[in-house]
Amino acid sequence: MKSLGRYVIFLGSMFNNMESFRTYIRLFIDESISVGVNSVFIVAIVSTFIGAVTAVQTAYNIVSPLIEDYIIGNIVRDMTILELAPTITAIVFAGKVGSKIASQLGTMRITDQIDALEVMGVNSVSYLVLPKIFASMIMYPLLVILAAFLSLYGGFMAATLSGLSSAQDYIYGIRFGFNEFTVTFMLIKSVVFAFLVASISAYKGFYTEGGALEVGESSTRAVTSSCIAILLADYLLAELLLN
Amino acid sequence: MIEFRNIKKSFDGKEILLGVSGEFKTGKTNLIIGSSGTGKSVLLKIIVGLIEPDQGDILYHGRNFSKGDKDLRTEIRQDIGMLFQGGALFDSMTVEQNVMFPLNLKSGLSPKEKIDRVNWCLERVGLENANKKMPSEISGGMKKRVGIARAIVDDVKYLFVDEPNSGLDPQTSIVIDDLIAEITKELNITTVVVTHDMNSVMGIGDHIIYLYKGRKLWEGSKDQILSTDVPELNEFVFANKLAKSYKKSEDSAA
Ligand SMILES: Nc1ncnc2c1ncn2[C@@H]1O[C@H](COP(=O)(O)OP(=O)(O)O)[C@@H](O)[C@H]1O
Ligand SMILES: [Mg+2]
Repeated sequence: MKSLGRYVIFLGSMFNNMESFRTYIRLFIDESISVGVNSVFIVAIVSTFIGAVTAVQTAYNIVSPLIEDYIIGNIVRDMTILELAPTITAIVFAGKVGSKIASQLGTMRITDQIDALEVMGVNSVSYLVLPKIFASMIMYPLLVILAAFLSLYGGFMAATLSGLSSAQDYIYGIRFGFNEFTVTFMLIKSVVFAFLVASISAYKGFYTEGGALEVGESSTRAVTSSCIAILLADYLLAELLLN
Repeated sequence: MIEFRNIKKSFDGKEILLGVSGEFKTGKTNLIIGSSGTGKSVLLKIIVGLIEPDQGDILYHGRNFSKGDKDLRTEIRQDIGMLFQGGALFDSMTVEQNVMFPLNLKSGLSPKEKIDRVNWCLERVGLENANKKMPSEISGGMKKRVGIARAIVDDVKYLFVDEPNSGLDPQTSIVIDDLIAEITKELNITTVVVTHDMNSVMGIGDHIIYLYKGRKLWEGSKDQILSTDVPELNEFVFANKLAKSYKKSEDSAA
């Protein structure tokens, strides 16, 4: 509870004594590139395979001949958009980007770089953390959109190559009964998850004390806490927006 | 001149500073000395505003930093430069970008003026050809030089240094100490150095404050420190064998 309070104060302090808008734009662009480059490869691999596995498992679970083949595409689509693309990718994102944010800020803390900024009159939280959070909130939804397409594609490949469903059936399934709101829901989740991962990881890194060992610990704790927050938020958003 | 009065600070109920007062003089290299864990770094951080004191006042040329509003603090901060233990260079930036960083925070200088100023500072600390190097590519002594250049680049009036010799060999330590003392005289700034190194004390200690368990036990210059009658300070000054034997021979001669 006490650390929740500190976390809120930490986030609030981002908006005091800010630098010029140009400075933030420059930092934001740097961070966005770093966030994107860092995670796009692993996100692509994970999402393609998850789509493929979902297709195969769905087919395996369909035993009744009354259920038509297009259901495979249909289920892969719903699973992907509602849960797999935004949530599983968020876990990957926490492991890749969250741990990097925490170790970077932790290193800056233990080598006095954060104090150096403060002595120069820079609000270090605002300067270091704000661009990371915004970059994550913009880049992560883009990654999720990519993940969603690749997951559907992975499912398509698995279904057609192993003859579980024809290409026409799969594509028909993807289009059948499509509800646009699920995509909105996916994007809302993405923005929330990205905010949680970036801000929690930054918080853990920023308050590192000690040496290199503690930087590693902060980084691990950043990933653990981010994952818990993601799953909690996942549940709350489902309750809130789907009921 | 910097004055600090009755500074008190405790962490989680543990008292670290128990009411320390003193002053640092302009154009002089002022030292805060004492053994490890006596609160030297905490005192330094309180004076530059990185840690809030529980009690006490800090005055920069009469301007009350600790009780001042945000504008006054920002104004004073612009006059402060600090060199941290490992140099604290931003490791994603080149040497040149590091030194230029404080200049980029404020407007008013053209790019040409900035680069000229950066080059002047790098030259002053003896690093003419290191502009494009990354911090990871340079030695510990060079990092400290870059740190000094970055600390003085923005026309500072006050320079703070925490343990300039940590992690350096004795020879490089002397070079860095001398550089700090020279720059202090040249720019006529108020320099405050935290150290537990007697070599620095005897080398550059114009004005010395001795801290012991959160209290100031002694204040004076390097010429007076050898003849002090404060037992704790004697213990500190003559902590190494060579100094002890020197002291003994001097005592028997007297
Ligand atoms: N931020 C902090 N929180 C809690 N304790 C601290 C903090 N900073 C310093 N201390 C404690 O204050 C004491 C003095 O530390 P310090 O000023 O770093 O000593 P030194 O004289 O070696 O520089 C130490 O016991 C240290 O553990
Ligand atoms: Mg110290």
